[in-house]
Amino acid sequence: MSVALVRDIVSTYRGQRGALLPILHAVQETLGYVPPEAIPVLAEELNLSRADVHGVVSFYHDFRSAPAGRTTVRICRGEACQAVGAERLVSHVQETCGMSLGDTNADGSLTVEQVFCLGNCALGPAAQVNGRLRGRLDEARLSAILDEAVAQ
Amino acid sequence: MNVLTMPVTVYVPRDSAARSVGADDVADALVTAAARHGRSIRVVRNGSRGMLWLEPLVEVATLDGRIGYGPVAASDVDGLVAAGMFDGAAHPQRLGVVDELPWLAAQNRVTFTRVGVTDPLSPDDYLRYGGLVGLVRALENSPADVVAEVTESGLRGRGGAGFPAGIKWKTVLDCADELKFVCCNADEGDSGTFADRMLMEGDPFLLIEGMTIAAYAVGATEGYIYIRSEYPDAVATMRAAIEIAYGRGWLGDNVLGSSLNFDLHVRVGGGAYICGEETSMLESLEGKRGMVRAKPPIPAIHGLFGKPTVVNNVLTLATVPTVLAHGAQAYQELGVERSRGTQVFQLGGNIKYGGIVETAFGITLGELVDGYGGGTRSGRPVRAVQVGGPLGAYLPRTKFDLPMDYEAFAAASAMVGHGGIVVFDETVDMAAQARFAMEFCAAESCGKCTPCRVGAVRGVEVIDRITSGEHRDENLALLEDLCDVMTEGSLCAMGGLTPMPVRSAIDNFPDDFLARQPIARTEGTT
Repeated sequence: MSVALVRDIVSTYRGQRGALLPILHAVQETLGYVPPEAIPVLAEELNLSRADVHGVVSFYHDFRSAPAGRTTVRICRGEACQAVGAERLVSHVQETCGMSLGDTNADGSLTVEQVFCLGNCALGPAAQVNGRLRGRLDEARLSAILDEAVAQ
Repeated sequence: MNVLTMPVTVYVPRDSAARSVGADDVADALVTAAARHGRSIRVVRNGSRGMLWLEPLVEVATLDGRIGYGPVAASDVDGLVAAGMFDGAAHPQRLGVVDELPWLAAQNRVTFTRVGVTDPLSPDDYLRYGGLVGLVRALENSPADVVAEVTESGLRGRGGAGFPAGIKWKTVLDCADELKFVCCNADEGDSGTFADRMLMEGDPFLLIEGMTIAAYAVGATEGYIYIRSEYPDAVATMRAAIEIAYGRGWLGDNVLGSSLNFDLHVRVGGGAYICGEETSMLESLEGKRGMVRAKPPIPAIHGLFGKPTVVNNVLTLATVPTVLAHGAQAYQELGVERSRGTQVFQLGGNIKYGGIVETAFGITLGELVDGYGGGTRSGRPVRAVQVGGPLGAYLPRTKFDLPMDYEAFAAASAMVGHGGIVVFDETVDMAAQARFAMEFCAAESCGKCTPCRVGAVRGVEVIDRITSGEHRDENLALLEDLCDVMTEGSLCAMGGLTPMPVRSAIDNFPDDFLARQPIARTEGTT
């Protein structure tokens, strides 16, 4: 991790009110995760305690302490998607990839996660693939997404 | 000019739901097919009309109106173009004039009037279709008059709690502070709700206008839209729209040449459901953990950074321009009892015709689910519907005559909430849904108060004991007691309302709580 890079990001957002969240999003977008080594740097730059920064990082599901796979597939487990078979998709990932929600595979090509609602509740089951929303999924379509991810 | 050389306007939604089922590929295919057929087309990426089962819904502008085709796959495009789609010709996928489709024509689109009709990022479209009329009228009146107008309209908070918007605004207006804020809660985390997302993606200037009116009315100079990170398309659209609005003088110093200065920012959440709770959202905007604050003090007096703050949902703020443009009276005339105006209902889950139904309050649950919704997508009978998000009640068919009205639902131990309706067919296991409600609460609790943080975990355990037949009656009584403690003792609606889906499942579907095989658990969860 480059300390200078983190300091640069802080300087971009420092003028904003309550800048820590925008800064953390920017760090994660740049580095792919929020490295634990970034926490004391952020604390020093923002005149916060390390505990404060760590507390914020660990509160929000979005911030990772380790890099994700090259493709992240987030499967919606909200009620609307449950009603059309979201849990079958979760089982399908376990059966075909041997992965549980939250896992990254060994070659770092794929991370699968759960998410509660992507706002695609009339076209479920839904998932988000590297930020891109997908709808009307079934086992075959999910497999196509997973296969493509693993091949890359 | 030869009719064949005139560009035909073709609409393909840019809404993320439409994109999730291939709208981008359809747009590309249309451009390619048009070139191959020597036709000149202009593709407009509109919002979605909200008839989501028809997405991707392609519309072609003709002299007879906008003719719809859908659902269109990229592989259908060649055939459609060959059949004369660009002239509105007949085809099995041709739906007719979109505005005249009964599903749409029967609605009363007040807040969603432009969504799906216009190019969301065209300020000229916005003006052409009645945009800014409300703001102009607001600026001609005193702030107190604007607040009075909103109060008289009967507009209540659309986020779920239904608190009268005008009363909240008056509290902020009456504070003497120099620095005040307007915050839009766009942390639409409830499963089954997507109206905020569609509004932001489909008519972002409307939200900007509503927030600007709010700022003028209460004397605020800064605004924040807190959008959940699960909605990247909405974030991008709102940011683009804000930039355009600054360029047009709709934001910034001297808005529309008036004395109003108003700066508006988008902030992105961190994937925490609890941040949809207003005080938690304020903490998050301050750069902190999204821990719920005790009330009082209320955010209207002690809000963002301790300053007086209006916190309203997307739909509340997006309805304000209409109230100002057409007057409180016109809005007030819609609806029933103390639920005035329209509500944007969202039909989701296992439903045949899912999407946005905006109509006056008072329509029954059955008219929405069976009428508009057409029953389940699976074709099996509807067994349960959950109204108002993960914290809303599960209702059986026997409750389908309930009118959609805040008080009528409250009297039936349910809630209208943000207007989301999730349909389940007969295969649903209501004990599993009750367990999930507790599991969700355990995962998403901010952890500040014990009834929510610990109660939810105990709730999962007790439901597991009930369904495994372990001291069933005693554990049902224990669950009832636990629900009481959570309802009465939690700091906010997260813990306070989690018992609602649980109790409604037990009351309405008691057979599902008899002993049987353990509920399948998903690895990696509680």
